[in-house]
Amino acid sequence: MIEELGTTEQGDLVINLGPQHPSTHGVLHLVITLSGETIRKVEPHLGYIHRSIEKMCESLSYRQFIYVTSRMDYLSSHINNHGCALCVEKGLQIEIPERAKVIRVLMDELTRLASHQLWWGAMAMDVGALTPFFHAFRERESINDIMEETCGARLTMNYMVPGGVMADIHPNFQKKVKEFVRYFNTKIDEYDELVTDNIIFKSRMKGIGYLSPESAVSYGCTGPTARGSGVSCDIRKLYPYEVYGRVSFEEVIDGGGDCFARYNVRMQEMRQSVSIIEQLIDNIPEGEFQAKTKAVLKLPKGEFYSRVETARGEFGVYIISEGGTTPYRIKFRSPGFSNLSALDHMARGHKIGDLVAIMGTLDLVIPDIDR
Amino acid sequence: MDVSPQNTGNKPFPGEVHPTAGGGILVTRLDEVINWARSNSLWPLVFGTSCCAIEMMSTAAAKYDWSRFGFEVARATPRQADVIIIAGTIVNKMAPVLKRLYDQMADPKYVIAMGACATSGGPFFYNTYSVVKGADHVIPVDVYVAGCPPRPEALLHALISLQEKIRSGGS
Repeated sequence: MIEELGTTEQGDLVINLGPQHPSTHGVLHLVITLSGETIRKVEPHLGYIHRSIEKMCESLSYRQFIYVTSRMDYLSSHINNHGCALCVEKGLQIEIPERAKVIRVLMDELTRLASHQLWWGAMAMDVGALTPFFHAFRERESINDIMEETCGARLTMNYMVPGGVMADIHPNFQKKVKEFVRYFNTKIDEYDELVTDNIIFKSRMKGIGYLSPESAVSYGCTGPTARGSGVSCDIRKLYPYEVYGRVSFEEVIDGGGDCFARYNVRMQEMRQSVSIIEQLIDNIPEGEFQAKTKAVLKLPKGEFYSRVETARGEFGVYIISEGGTTPYRIKFRSPGFSNLSALDHMARGHKIGDLVAIMGTLDLVIPDIDR
Repeated sequence: MDVSPQNTGNKPFPGEVHPTAGGGILVTRLDEVINWARSNSLWPLVFGTSCCAIEMMSTAAAKYDWSRFGFEVARATPRQADVIIIAGTIVNKMAPVLKRLYDQMADPKYVIAMGACATSGGPFFYNTYSVVKGADHVIPVDVYVAGCPPRPEALLHALISLQEKIRSGGS
């Protein structure tokens, strides 16, 4: 039920935040009930960027529907494409070449880094520090350059296709990635010096927006949001896909449950991503980058589900096929939607200024929520 | 396309409205001075609905740095903004909000449709029930930018084209 704006019978103030508001990271609309400055209730309203992607997918073939999925969670577009490609491959029962697997994982981790960098800049901006935004984008541009060389796009890649990847990596790819890793290893310490150890930042983050492990599970939170509450939920570890089972990395878990724990998880994840890239970049096997597939893909009748770990959490693709060239129904399980549902629980009792910090650590991407 | 003043000169933009004759030399010269001043201090509204907003942030950030051309004062409220960059898809639920934002802006106000979605619906033109097929169904647009999403250079080009348009008296 939509509460009316104004004053309630108890004297609480009901106000709008968004859909046009710089700290909602897009067009999220929150109706907030306030008692003084203390939050009584937060009600998210969705649909301001609902583009009916699931319905669109029903009229697109299994090769075509990949491109709309990179426009859902555009900050981890590679990983979205990856999830869809995995699901189609599962239906077709094809094994992709080893080279494609390694390239996919490398691209996934680069995307995760780019996404976390952007989150770090935007989050620091939300709590009032403007400089980190420029630092984060400086490093993000080097990843964008690497992506552009190989995939031809900076943001919405459509690089992973059923059967492998669209094209082979650029001859400069390995050199540039190594250069970037060397450069970024020095910068990530700078990030910590600039923001993590900042006393003002810590006091804005610590003890704010507590989410217990039980509530994280019951709200269906995944990704850094749940791992910040001490719940182990990394799909890369629990249900390894591609070559994740063979690389050594740690699932970052912080039991703090507050904003600072979620922040910390993402910062540590960046280091883990760098370590995965370092392990794989010199070990890209030779061979084909795409398996031989038919020109027109037809999935057998049945239901298929696959999941991947995006920068925000578990991304699931559920395809129901009637045996034709287009899916009968597609359902995307986006991490942002479930993470957003915990916002009300986390924000109650805090001041309105803290709401922005809590939303920042949830790392919301609104088209991912609305689809 | 080269948009430096030597190349575009005084060529009219397509659809340009020519001022009617009759103003004295003093008034027309004054107009030019005002247009020059307006074109060099455009304050954009922070308005991004989807992917294009990230490229808009890239344009604002370190590498592309739109403050070189006088756009760095991005405002969060429409009442202080001069130009609205529609960065992303406009859906039916968002359209009234966009119209309201435009109405709240003070004159003179300018609109840039960034990317395929804001221009025509783009990748969401077919098979969708909720997308507005171009932001120009809702508010008038001055400059369109192609791309999905456009590169930061393309957005810079659009912003410089808008400056040219304002200076030429066409907007």
